[in-house]
Amino acid sequence: MAFSSEREKLNLRKRHARARGFAFLCALVTWSSVLILGILLFQVCIDGFGWLDWEFINSFPSRFPDRAGIKSALVGTMWLISLVAAISIPVGVSTALYLEEFAAKGRLSKLIEVNIANLAGVPSIVYGILGLAVFVRYFALGRSLISGALTMSLLILPIIIIASREAIRTVPMSIRYAALSLGATRWQTTWAHVLPASFPGIMTGVILSLSRAIGETAPIIMIGALTFVAFLPAGPMDSFTVLSIQIYNWVARPQPEFHDLAAAGIIVLLAVLLLMNATAIYIRSKTERRLK
Amino acid sequence: MATNSPTNSSIRKLNKRWGEFMIKSWLVVCSALSLITTAAIVILLVVESFSFFQNVSPSEFFFGTRWVPILEPSSFGVLPLLWGTLQVTIGAALIAIPLGLASAIYLSEYASDRMRSWVKPALELLAGIPTVVYGYFALTFITPLLRNIFPEIQVFNALSAAIVVGIMILPTIATLSDNALRAVPESLRQAAYAVGATSYEVTTRVVVPAGLSGVMASFLLAISRAIGETMAVTLAAGQTPNLTLSMFESIQTMTSYIVQISLGDTPAGGVAYQTLFAVAALLFFITLIINIISQLILERFREVYD
Repeated sequence: MAFSSEREKLNLRKRHARARGFAFLCALVTWSSVLILGILLFQVCIDGFGWLDWEFINSFPSRFPDRAGIKSALVGTMWLISLVAAISIPVGVSTALYLEEFAAKGRLSKLIEVNIANLAGVPSIVYGILGLAVFVRYFALGRSLISGALTMSLLILPIIIIASREAIRTVPMSIRYAALSLGATRWQTTWAHVLPASFPGIMTGVILSLSRAIGETAPIIMIGALTFVAFLPAGPMDSFTVLSIQIYNWVARPQPEFHDLAAAGIIVLLAVLLLMNATAIYIRSKTERRLK
Repeated sequence: MATNSPTNSSIRKLNKRWGEFMIKSWLVVCSALSLITTAAIVILLVVESFSFFQNVSPSEFFFGTRWVPILEPSSFGVLPLLWGTLQVTIGAALIAIPLGLASAIYLSEYASDRMRSWVKPALELLAGIPTVVYGYFALTFITPLLRNIFPEIQVFNALSAAIVVGIMILPTIATLSDNALRAVPESLRQAAYAVGATSYEVTTRVVVPAGLSGVMASFLLAISRAIGETMAVTLAAGQTPNLTLSMFESIQTMTSYIVQISLGDTPAGGVAYQTLFAVAALLFFITLIINIISQLILERFREVYD
């Protein structure tokens, strides 16, 4: 009897030791992942910070690393994102509104729902091929900003729709009933009550999807954005380059100076993304406080 | 504008109905766009692949072991590209699945709320970094590190790509699995603790099995992302179609082949141009199947607790 309890004690100690070890291991792994993020950012900053000045931002790309800059890429990115926002926000939010507020919950809306979930999982390069075949060649829009913007809009539409639907779903039914009972039509209810109430949530989703569009490289390469653009695009039909393509182009070169230029470009890109993410988080925290 | 004349008010009602109809039609058109997109992708890939298969036999494409699409004599065996993709994906999964699951367990079972509120946004930030940045990271940081350890490794190699894609998909697994584990009701944990289980036993025998459908779905989603990942792989793994077991050599994946062709001056209409669609179709259907399986797992095997 004593022997068995002695064994049990040993066994128990072992079990507790294992539990502690496991907890430690999980914590270690998690913090290492965060550490990797830190190392990545640190490394990029060290490599690129020396190159980062006004001249870098205000110069066109060049064969000579000293004179190369990201002016055309930065302007191209702004053009592209503005066009993508103008196309994808109305269409995406409209789809979400239809699915949540208007569509009868039947086979068709289920089909659209499953379809959107699957579209969200299609690799971005496949959208690139679609854009190349449909916008660049079939509609003969060429390797222009508008081709890129249309392709990118298709890519982020599923994300905007899913995020907007979640935001719309959080609006309590009582608000809709109140409006409808006063004689408002479906659309009046949606426009005047549901949309304003879900606006912050929709904005958060939109900003996050647009920041995904800023970082995407593969579909824009497929569209054929140029890597060497020494002019600023003046309209949607002009050819263009974007930050991520410029970075890709510099990383792909063998000379280390261009790698440092790429690092400087990455700092600018990450700064833009961080700003957008911070805005999204700010909007989210502000509305959370209001709802409390 | 309030008028009591009956005609005016009925006109307004009619206008309202007309406007409502127009708006609703616009909403329907927008929703249909998602179906049109899917249809366009499928039709485009199938039709173009069909004309590709009129020039190249399917058996050569699916079972051929040499991929030489541009130079003569050409050969269109897709296996080297498929294998390259698989090498990177398996390597990335071997890294990201254990580490991601461990992070998810830490976040949901061990971390305090304060800790969580720091770590989770950091992981989400890691997930939001553009893939071209990971490519830079692979070339300038991981590959030099690997070359110090294994001097025989090539500048472009599958291992570096696998590591960097692993880091890239880790946050997906961690955050989605964390959500799945947190959905397991507290009462199950309390019951296990009450019969004397340690935290390790509660986690591995109660919480993870109960949240398994969500955890598995997160694995599959991450794997499908790894298969479709383009820029980091293109930069890190090189452009050499290579049927090799070695992780130290330069390889080419399906995605990096597509990038290579689109960067070159391949004339539209030729066989080389058609390969673009055949490879993309293969990529599309592989990821689609994985995504569908992941959705089925979520739907069929979800444990519902009240």
